[in-house]
Amino acid sequence: MTTVRIPTPLRPYTGGAKEVEVAGETVAAALGDLVQRHPDVKRHLFDDAGALRAYVNVFLNDDDVRALQGEATPLKPGDRLMIIPSIAGGAPIRWRRRATRIRALD
Amino acid sequence: MTLRIPSALLARIWQHGQLAYPEEGAGLMLGRFDGEARVVTHLLPLENHFQPESRGRRYLIAPRDLLRAEDEAERLGVEIVGVFHSHPDHPARASEFDTQWALPVYSYLITQVQAALALESTCWRLTDDRARMDEEALEISDPAIAEEAS
Repeated sequence: MTTVRIPTPLRPYTGGAKEVEVAGETVAAALGDLVQRHPDVKRHLFDDAGALRAYVNVFLNDDDVRALQGEATPLKPGDRLMIIPSIAGGAPIRWRRRATRIRALD
Repeated sequence: MTLRIPSALLARIWQHGQLAYPEEGAGLMLGRFDGEARVVTHLLPLENHFQPESRGRRYLIAPRDLLRAEDEAERLGVEIVGVFHSHPDHPARASEFDTQWALPVYSYLITQVQAALALESTCWRLTDDRARMDEEALEISDPAIAEEAS
């Protein structure tokens, strides 16, 4: 079994659990087991095409799995996965371009 | 849905946005959940980690900063209740990009900073189906400053 640490904003979808024990021999299998156990968390982790959302970072022990073998990274008993979101956003880019053009005309 | 914030903390958010101008400035709001309301008690202004050339229109809080913030919140006996960021020279409205990247539960406070001066803050929350962000009430706890801000 692998322990998955759930970030605060996703805990309402895991029954409030901060950590969830899951089965699976790879990161993908472990995340698959997590969403089977807690289906409501799925739409916040995966997009409609089934890919991990851009803001979802998965750390195995202390390493970002992107620097390992991604979702195919193998797991061994006692491993700890952490789901840590990147928090991002910003204003629409198109608006800025239009504003720049207006300024250029001035 | 309401975000309650003391005027002194909102003033610090405005100051952070002004100092970051013309880039977006961002950080985390710590506090407690009170039913459907979020009550802000502490702020953690953070570095914008987006690529430098795009920081005028984008912000990114690094995962390790979020992890440290969760530890800090636990130490203070509070929780991360939301995110604040500025929109330089752009209205304080949640964008499509804000919605795509938004997390559930958190309140998102957006401040318009126009020509280096903070003008207006609004607050938003992601709907449960991720379809959009709805505006929520922003309650400033010091009425005198609330008048000044309006």
